[in-house]
Amino acid sequence: MFWTKLKRILRTGFFNFWRDSTVSLASVLVMMVTLLVIGLISFSGAILNTTLVELKNKIDINVIFITTAKEEDILNVKHTLESLPEVFLVTYVSREEALVAFKERHSTDQSILSALDELGENPLGAVLNVKAKDPSQYASVAEFLEGGNALSSESVTIIDRVNYFQNKAAIDKLTRVIASADRLGFALTLFLAIISVLIAFNTIRLTIYLARDEISVMRLVGASTTYIQGPFVVVGVIYGVVAGLLTLLLFLPLTFWLGGTTESFFIGFNIFTYYLRHFLEIAFIIMASGIFIGALSSMLAIRKYLKV
Amino acid sequence: MIVFDRVSKIYPDSSIALEEVTLSIEPKEFVSIVGPSGAGKTTLLKLFLAEEKPTEGAVYYESANIHTLNKKEIDAFRRKVGMVFQDFRLLPNKTVYENIAFTMEAAGRTDEEIESDVPHVLELVDLTPKVWNFPHELSGGEKQRVAIARALVNEPDIIIADEPTGNLDPANTYDIVQILKKINDIGTTVILATHNKGIIDLLKRRVIAMERGKVVRDDRSGKYFV
Repeated sequence: MFWTKLKRILRTGFFNFWRDSTVSLASVLVMMVTLLVIGLISFSGAILNTTLVELKNKIDINVIFITTAKEEDILNVKHTLESLPEVFLVTYVSREEALVAFKERHSTDQSILSALDELGENPLGAVLNVKAKDPSQYASVAEFLEGGNALSSESVTIIDRVNYFQNKAAIDKLTRVIASADRLGFALTLFLAIISVLIAFNTIRLTIYLARDEISVMRLVGASTTYIQGPFVVVGVIYGVVAGLLTLLLFLPLTFWLGGTTESFFIGFNIFTYYLRHFLEIAFIIMASGIFIGALSSMLAIRKYLKV
Repeated sequence: MIVFDRVSKIYPDSSIALEEVTLSIEPKEFVSIVGPSGAGKTTLLKLFLAEEKPTEGAVYYESANIHTLNKKEIDAFRRKVGMVFQDFRLLPNKTVYENIAFTMEAAGRTDEEIESDVPHVLELVDLTPKVWNFPHELSGGEKQRVAIARALVNEPDIIIADEPTGNLDPANTYDIVQILKKINDIGTTVILATHNKGIIDLLKRRVIAMERGKVVRDDRSGKYFV
């Protein structure tokens, strides 16, 4: 009997979905909006995360040495820095390399290049580029350098400046901006998600409201609660599945179109590649949300009319 | 046997729909309940179907108090009662066949039973050619015949018809009354609520007259006095 009942519930659900095509179409479209929002939440999460990681990678300390500093002394400082547990990588850029890089950077600016020629000698000091394992550790690395640990053999400081202190304000500000963007984005998407779930719920509630007389007739011919509720839940699940599939399909051209834009705007993040790479994960989230919202909405909405 | 024992129904707005109604209906009886609109006919039927609860008194069917039954027992009880309404109340998204089959499915009947009984009952109400039509494709008389077929298909002990001819022309009214009589002849109790004098005169069966929530006359000879 269980299988017969299940078969009948499924069949009735499919028939109701198909025969009430206008209502079904409207519900599927509303549900699609909800699922699009849910999809966008996972995308924006990924975008913010990647951007944060990229920005953290961009943070470093440049230790610029005075022009008279000996290479040997600088390499000593490099070794000392490398022995610090906070330090991830130290790169040495000699004065000559710094000059080449500088010239390359300003190759289009004739006035800077001619000023450099007039100067006659290399005005740039050698640079140690320090990357910490974690951005929060830059402060201690910088303090270590400021604390007189980088002296030449003649006990004279050979460090011209540490640009951490110059960049610190900007870095701190950027970190704060990202953190609050993250929080704001999360709150906003959560808000949108709640609203769209409520709209989807309300739409399904309306479709069940339209069927309230039917439900009372079913009750009066002695149909059990499961037997009445079942097909409505099936219809809710179909809304979810169809809307989910359409949403996943719609994300293909959408992310493809946005891919180029995101790649140049968010450092190295292509939303289309991300979508393809995480397709199964996103598909699971979208389909599960659709099925869950559809089934739960139907179940909650129908309860009111089952009291006869 | 159906017994209404001093049943009163007062709605929350203090309007009195029924006042101390006591009556009994024997198995296989054909009873018409007559009275003007607002006399309490429909309330009486709703109380019997456990759609409403009485404010006072009790309603019994085969010595069980209907309003003390649990949900499952109410479902089972309703399957013993076939219902016909003035507005037909067919399921709009289901064909004639499916409307009738639904009642059987709800009663847990097998697919084989459904396949053999639905055509049979449609034949009884003379609707075989319309089996795959949807309700909106039928005339009022045809809809009511589907409703009667639906009420009949589970071989109920009782058929309740609430103004079944209210929306029908005289020819269809006559047909419906003949079908109800036929149903009663095969041993089903029929309770018919109506304010159509013509029907009562046609039937010549027991008439319970109601007015302002009270039973004012219980006449075995089948005359419409109200």
